[in-house]
Amino acid sequence: MTAATIAEVAPQLRGGRVRAADLLEGCLSAIDARDRELNAFILVARDEARSAAAEADREIAAGQWRGPLHGIPVSVKDLIDVAGQATTAASRVRAGMVAQRDAESVARLRAAGAVIIGKTNLHEFAFGTTNEDSAFGPARNPFDPKRSPGGSSGGSAVSVAAGMAFASLGTDTGGSIRIPAAACGIVGLKPRFGEISCDGVVPLGRSLDHVGPLTRTVRDACVLYDVLRGADRPGESWAPTTSPLTIGVPRGFFVDRLDPDIRRLFDEALERVRHAGHAVRQVEVPHADLIPTAYLHTVLPEAAAYHATMLDARPADYSPGVRLRLEMGRYLLAQDYVRAQHIRDILRVEIDQARGSVDLVALPTLPIPAPPIGAESVPMGDGHEAVRAAMLRLTQVFNLTGHPAMSLPMGRTPAGLPGGFQLAARDTDELLRAALVLEPQINPEFARS
Amino acid sequence: MDIENWLSAAKADADRRGLPALKPLLETLAASTRVLRAGARIEGQPTAPSGHTRSDDDSRDDR
Repeated sequence: MTAATIAEVAPQLRGGRVRAADLLEGCLSAIDARDRELNAFILVARDEARSAAAEADREIAAGQWRGPLHGIPVSVKDLIDVAGQATTAASRVRAGMVAQRDAESVARLRAAGAVIIGKTNLHEFAFGTTNEDSAFGPARNPFDPKRSPGGSSGGSAVSVAAGMAFASLGTDTGGSIRIPAAACGIVGLKPRFGEISCDGVVPLGRSLDHVGPLTRTVRDACVLYDVLRGADRPGESWAPTTSPLTIGVPRGFFVDRLDPDIRRLFDEALERVRHAGHAVRQVEVPHADLIPTAYLHTVLPEAAAYHATMLDARPADYSPGVRLRLEMGRYLLAQDYVRAQHIRDILRVEIDQARGSVDLVALPTLPIPAPPIGAESVPMGDGHEAVRAAMLRLTQVFNLTGHPAMSLPMGRTPAGLPGGFQLAARDTDELLRAALVLEPQINPEFARS
Repeated sequence: MDIENWLSAAKADADRRGLPALKPLLETLAASTRVLRAGARIEGQPTAPSGHTRSDDDSRDDR
């Protein structure tokens, strides 16, 4: 049952054919079976979750069904406050810092009846793409535990992919929802900037931070997105786009350097999309080569500003790699931060212009499959590329511009590792309606009605 | 401040603070800043102040 989707089990819960307590026990069994190896969870809130599931069963039996999340086990990245539990950010720096109240996003999940099953592992302070730097040890990829699950919301993605939760709440500052979703073969949605409250979330870069869901399908992402934005009747207004779509694929920077297996998966997915009657054309983002430097000169000083006091007071409590990256931000000049914001404005216009002639933009989420844990670089073309730079390369642009973007599974490499297909659009509704249409073509393992 | 002077000062400060491991990262950051400053000169920069030429601003900043 834990491989099922929210859309499948919600009607069964409502009809009394499945109990929330049984769904929860299925997830807890998966945690017991695999989390010693995968390390997805920092905290499993068994007692609280069992109480919440029992309450959901009582309410549903009494005819008080709250909607499609009622009784559904959902995990929460341990960067986001859950009342009464420590928000560790996977760092010794925050040991014992217990949240006094739920983050706004968690409060909305609870109000919709979700059962919060626990807090998931992440790259320390969300400042990394591999989930290796964590005070609780690395989370591991369920498709190959010797590999990274991606990050920074790595534990969230593992929990959904391994049947430990039906969905997870993550954050995305440079790709931290989409990257682990791609590496773990699930769906990850970064809504438009500012749509979902970041209240009660430990910040990384305040002008880049987003909250969003990780799920098994686009349909389930629609449900979580509706709940998080406070929509009436979550999940009920999502009619897929009916007319053929035109999809723009940016060239150059975005697809010049791809792992051969990822390139093949992406090209095959595009071919299936074409075969289904949609058009695919090339689009240009003229200053795409400035994306990495604009991102670096934005995230470093924003992160350093938040951490300055703690860096002085407790430097040894940070992981060495995270501490050094935060220290870099303290040296960056204000004039260069401002230059980076100018370039963001240009990129925002160029993405809008690229998208102007098409319905949405498509590119791989990651240029590589999940890297081995401990790898510092990966083969790329004739040389090598730093793992962090490679993993951020195709996602960070939409944090700079604020456009909504999501990752869908697009099949597996010959080694059995998932690839991610990224879609971006002008607004989140448009993105999700298109993704509902394209999901069966993009994901060859998609077999649900 | 030009990038070479900035890098030299930053590396000296990293040494003073007992953070020699930071120096290679600062060199990487300096390389990225060169790309950023070159890119900020591109035509159409939306916040160029009227009445000033972009080359004037940049030469002042980068001197």
